[in-house]
Amino acid sequence: MIIDRDKWQEIFSTINKNKLRTFLTGFSVAWGIFMLIILLGSGQGLQNGVQHQFANDATNSLWIYQGLTTKPYQGMNAGRKIQFTNADYIRTKNLDSRINHISGRSRVGSKTISYKNNYGSYSIRAVDPAHRFIENTIITKGRFLNRMDLEHFSKVVVIGNAVDKDLFKHGANPIGKYVKIGDIPFEVIGVFKAAGGNGEIRKVFIPVSTAQRVFNGGNRLDQIAFTVGNATLAQTKQIEKEVRYEFARAHHFDPADRRAIHISNNLADYEKVMNLFLGIRIFIWIIGIGTIIAGIVGVSNIMMIVVKERTKEIGIRKALGATPRSIIGLILLESVVITSLAGYLGLMAGVGLLELVNKYMPPTDFFRNPQANLSIALIAMALLVIAGAIAGFIPAKNAASIKPIDALRDE
Amino acid sequence: MIRLENIHKSYRMGKNKLHVLKGIDLHIKQGELVSIMGSSGSGKSTLLNIIGILDNYDEGKYFLDKTLIKGLSEKKAAFYRNKMLGFVFQSFNLIPFKNAMENVALPLYYQKIPRKKRNKKALEYLEKMGLRPWAEHLPNELSGGQKQRLAIARALITRPKVILADEPTGALDSKTSMEVMELMRQINHEGITMIIVTHEQDIAEQTDRIIHLKDGRIENDAISTETKQKVFETLVEEEAAVV
Repeated sequence: MIIDRDKWQEIFSTINKNKLRTFLTGFSVAWGIFMLIILLGSGQGLQNGVQHQFANDATNSLWIYQGLTTKPYQGMNAGRKIQFTNADYIRTKNLDSRINHISGRSRVGSKTISYKNNYGSYSIRAVDPAHRFIENTIITKGRFLNRMDLEHFSKVVVIGNAVDKDLFKHGANPIGKYVKIGDIPFEVIGVFKAAGGNGEIRKVFIPVSTAQRVFNGGNRLDQIAFTVGNATLAQTKQIEKEVRYEFARAHHFDPADRRAIHISNNLADYEKVMNLFLGIRIFIWIIGIGTIIAGIVGVSNIMMIVVKERTKEIGIRKALGATPRSIIGLILLESVVITSLAGYLGLMAGVGLLELVNKYMPPTDFFRNPQANLSIALIAMALLVIAGAIAGFIPAKNAASIKPIDALRDE
Repeated sequence: MIRLENIHKSYRMGKNKLHVLKGIDLHIKQGELVSIMGSSGSGKSTLLNIIGILDNYDEGKYFLDKTLIKGLSEKKAAFYRNKMLGFVFQSFNLIPFKNAMENVALPLYYQKIPRKKRNKKALEYLEKMGLRPWAEHLPNELSGGQKQRLAIARALITRPKVILADEPTGALDSKTSMEVMELMRQINHEGITMIIVTHEQDIAEQTDRIIHLKDGRIENDAISTETKQKVFETLVEEEAAVV
């Protein structure tokens, strides 16, 4: 039935007869789909941008920062500084089985790093080997810190690619070379880049044990960061609570004192942002569908006029033996063809524009890779066919209920 | 072939009821060539529409080839129209954007006959009507006589039992009218029952039987030349009375 040549011939001949009218009708639908695709694509671009920022850190990571107590507790005054030590690292590690990567961090600050005549000031991160899983770090040359480095207090350093470029000119291989951090020589064992933005690459990583020994750190740590595998948000909240309780017990502060330690839960932040995007997406769909409904009403209107104009023809067909079903099919198919065709053009225009933006607009921190993916395009197409059917339904029913005798009288 | 028993039909015009057919009893046998005459408002078109299942009736019984036609669904009605009946209209009622061949083939489309087969058959019928060279032409490129022959070809293509013609020569000049009537007679000779509504005396004269309708009733059912002549005279009187 659908590939019946006569039906198509009829549809295209009526479309042909009223080119401008068909164009104007189709335009409203095309515009609706165009806007929907642009909006969805931009929403996706915004989301991609923000998601890219999160790529820097594992989205399932929790960070514990030390703070000042704000409540007197067990005879101690408020305003006491909580200082983390290696014991806190062990404590956290044994806290929950879901914790899979953990790293203490000791503050060293910025130091001058030099190689031969080249030097610069870079911030030093004293971390555990597991740190690379917490802040997604990609090794481009050599290797990252390992357990041996940590246990032997090795003076080794993994440098950011900007540091590599600054110190090792003309593409010299930095691996195995010794750089001076302050006055102390460290062997370069690797070069890294960050999965996220550009900020991280002017940094170097050294083993936290070495940092404590070389830069007078004692057994002190400043931050503890860990990832929680595929724990759910609720589970990370639970772990957060456990951390707070354990630290409160060990450091003698009130577990209700939110300022004694700070815990930043990346998953919570991530989910918050993703929820925001879900909201934006729903909003976009509502606007888009609203626009399409306006288009549907337009198509429906035109189909009403088409049926009115073709009353006589429909009467003739009925006199020749056309069933109501074949008449309904004719009108419905025409409506579906107009909306689908116009919608398809709108879809293509929208996707085309997004592709252009994608190609010629450099990605920023908040906007990158705007795109309407295939599933959205397919949903949009399905929506169009349904829209066309809805738009044609009432006119088609009107057409089918025309009595042949009334139709023939119509001049 | 066609049996009408006490057919009543009225139209509702706002609050008024217009009683158009007031009990028609009529029997038309297979192969008859019948004309229906009557002044305007006599109900002759309504009668033809009921016979053609284009309109329904309120009371009585209508048998088409022994099948009771009453309260049919649109689908059933479409089936009978397609299989049993062929229509020829005063205004031809061709579909303007289809060429001659496609217009003729259209009834076969509703019989779900494949395109090739029905176009072949349409060409055969165009040949019969002497329209073969115009097969690819659109209706508006044809003369009135050609259009009506085209419409007749369309009515014939399903090999119907009955052909119903509503003023088939009403839009034609007298010469073409005669040609068309000659064609209709030929078709009738092949055994197809034919009912023609007309107000033209020279058309009615060529039919075997004239049914004279007046005020929704059969005034006269004329077969012999004398009775036919009487019908014509009363019709002239009727018209004079209106004037």
